Amino acid sequence: MGQRIIVDPITRIEGHLRIEIEVEGGKVKNAWSSGQMFRGIEMILQGRDPRDAHHFVQRSCGVCTYVHSVASVRAVDDAVGVKIPKNARLIRNLLHAAQFQHDHLVHFYHLHALDWVDVISALKADPKATATLADNVSGSKVGGANYYKSVQQRLQTFVDSGQLGPFANAYWGHPAYKLTPEANLMACAHYIEALRLQAKAARMHAIFGGKNPHPQSLVVGGVTCVADLTPERIAEFLYIAKETQDFVKNVYIPDLLAVASFYKDWGGIGGCTNFLAYGEFPQNEKEPESLYMPRGVVFGRDVAKVQPVDQMKITEDVTRSWYEEGGKPLHPWAGETKPLKENPKYDTASSGGKYSWTKAPRYEGKSCEVGPLARVLVAYGKGHKDLKPLVDSTLEKLGIPVEALFSTLGRTAARGLETIAIGDQVESWVMELVENLKNGDNSTYTPYEMKDGQGVGLNDVPRGALGHWVKIKDGKIENYQYVVPSTWNLGPRDAAGNMSPVEEALIGTPIHDPKRPMEILRTVHSFDPCIACAIHVIDPDSNEVYKVRVC
Amino acid sequence: MGKGEDYFARLAARGVSRRSFMKYCTALTATMGLSAAYVPKVAEVFAQPAQRPPVIWLHFAECTGCSESLLRSQYPYVDDLVLEVLAVEYHETLMAAAGHQAEEALHAAVEKYDGKFICVVEGSVATAYGGGYGKVGGRTFLEIAKEVVPRAAATIAYGTCACFGGIPAAKPNPGGYKGVGDAIGVKTLNIPGCPPNPINLVGTIVNYLLLGKLPDLDEKGRPLFAFGKTVHDQCPRRSHFENGEFAESFGSPEAAMGYCLYKLGCRGPETYNNCPVAKFNDGTSWPVEAGAPCIGCSQPDFWDTMTPFYEEF
Repeated sequence: MGQRIIVDPITRIEGHLRIEIEVEGGKVKNAWSSGQMFRGIEMILQGRDPRDAHHFVQRSCGVCTYVHSVASVRAVDDAVGVKIPKNARLIRNLLHAAQFQHDHLVHFYHLHALDWVDVISALKADPKATATLADNVSGSKVGGANYYKSVQQRLQTFVDSGQLGPFANAYWGHPAYKLTPEANLMACAHYIEALRLQAKAARMHAIFGGKNPHPQSLVVGGVTCVADLTPERIAEFLYIAKETQDFVKNVYIPDLLAVASFYKDWGGIGGCTNFLAYGEFPQNEKEPESLYMPRGVVFGRDVAKVQPVDQMKITEDVTRSWYEEGGKPLHPWAGETKPLKENPKYDTASSGGKYSWTKAPRYEGKSCEVGPLARVLVAYGKGHKDLKPLVDSTLEKLGIPVEALFSTLGRTAARGLETIAIGDQVESWVMELVENLKNGDNSTYTPYEMKDGQGVGLNDVPRGALGHWVKIKDGKIENYQYVVPSTWNLGPRDAAGNMSPVEEALIGTPIHDPKRPMEILRTVHSFDPCIACAIHVIDPDSNEVYKVRVC
Repeated sequence: MGKGEDYFARLAARGVSRRSFMKYCTALTATMGLSAAYVPKVAEVFAQPAQRPPVIWLHFAECTGCSESLLRSQYPYVDDLVLEVLAVEYHETLMAAAGHQAEEALHAAVEKYDGKFICVVEGSVATAYGGGYGKVGGRTFLEIAKEVVPRAAATIAYGTCACFGGIPAAKPNPGGYKGVGDAIGVKTLNIPGCPPNPINLVGTIVNYLLLGKLPDLDEKGRPLFAFGKTVHDQCPRRSHFENGEFAESFGSPEAAMGYCLYKLGCRGPETYNNCPVAKFNDGTSWPVEAGAPCIGCSQPDFWDTMTPFYEEF
């Protein structure tokens, strides 16, 4: 009988997550993922003005800011049948690309890095040797022995103060930390640089969106920022994007590869089986054909056979979740689901016990990983002109086989690689916007009439595949559903007992010390959890099955 | 080198001139409504105060947008705040420890700084079903709030959710969500916004560090320096409002000329906040400047009282 360990709260994520594992023979034998908070935004949306929905749903998450806003306006655009102008499509894509750059940078350094980087070890580093290491691996223009010495001194002063703040009571010195003191110091310096850069990068959202977090310029029918389509604003956006991309390519990716080279064994830990991507960044009105990041689903790791996505095959199951059950799992637009009206009992011990506020989405009944790795695998399988060479060259640089992609390391690397690919598109999209304006088209909004109907917005956002479904009656929201990346990745088991991706990924993880189960954080964090997004109420009363148009 | 000089040297190494930094302190001092004589003292606060005051940051039913808004702070950057200005002893988004090590860190900080720490709360508190809709470490938000908040020297509710309930409290409020002050019957200093402008939190903290007290508050517990005037009264488009020059459609020539957005649903006249003046993201923009009508996000219950957002009030 294994030892049961609970890790709650999982920190360095968004939201409230509880992970329970059973450890036997030094490895994870079983795992349960539990979302611990419920707000009920879909219930709150009932009866409201569909044009307002994007403001509400954007507050699903302030780390994944913007993404629900764009998914929502796309769904309502679809419902009312409005075609947004070209400039609006470009602005929405540019804001989304900016979000990818920002979100992935912050994730690597400020949410994930401390699983791989030992800050206390950095205090023992030789600053000169650190500078040499940085010159060899990094393209950063900031460096030198004095620089690393000052970073080290700053950390030392902080530690000497005795007020350890975010570093208190952590896992420093754990044998699973493999970086040299110099690599640790280099990473700490870059952590601080990235913290400063992300504040600047967020200005891209403020330029066309008014502010970040929670930009406000999207509307059904287009965008509101017509007065910002000036050379000055566009140049400001472009140059911040370029500065951010410069950091991505010269600091983030080299750090990612340097860290990966010390942790190659994690290419064999934390993998999943099926991968789903809706795709993103429409290049024209045709979807999914024009999506820069393509749509597809991969089963059984067979990347050579990418299947098309049929969203009618998506179901959500609440057997193990704290909702009243309605029978078999149903498509988002069908079925009754209601949160249990009680302080829920957490039960992972019994075979049918409910243990999470998160529902269990499945595709053809199968549990699917979504996110950077799913997108990169689908793109790779389809021979994507930018992503395939990036993946191949990374595998070669690290000297690891393609199977290593199906792992915590692969997932973490994919996050970086897609940032390169997406960030590199920004300049061409900006130039397309400029050309359009030069040709005299400054339209940003298409007027429309509100009407009854239904619509869907499929997107692929930093954490994965995101879908919003809306049904409008008498000018009000009759029904609103969203199935969110972290619901896919971090939900509970389903009625058939299939584990969610994170639960599957945790099985077999080596645990050096059950009292300090740091290793599981590496895999959990590799999914970049957003639990506030993951949990939302599914619709009240609807027994009808609605026909859903695949965009 | 004295501590202050060392700080300016570090800023310079990062491309921030002393002049820019003093400009920021001047702006911050002005935002707080203090006289110019305070400018060098504000600068001193950031150049390492005598001791780092402890902060315990609690996350309840939130989207983490408020923490993210603080990450956007520039001069001081968040690393300055965390490494030199404050002792942020508990913050779930940033901290290295997880699980019971994290819980121990919270407990240790509350004991060590009993009666002395600033508690910052983000997110609202579930009260229905014994608070069962929201938990951390197996304890409800309600339990945690009741245990930690009364032991703080002062509690700042940051963001509309912590102040007034926010989006989880919008009708029909399935979880019985309330602002933290209402949930446990405690007076909090309220910095609302969805999310707020971090300059208002930094200004409040500086006021506390400098003057040893919290700034003057209005009847809703909001600092007057930030929430004493309406958005409308500070709006650069106000003359268009007075002249009857309104944008009636998004993307219209009037919208392109920056006309008043009142007819498109702007809630500026009903909303107390300093957005038009402080602006967001290092003064880059604010919603109205990007053509988006104000949604009143710092007002209590705005999700219910200010909707539908795109209809004239």
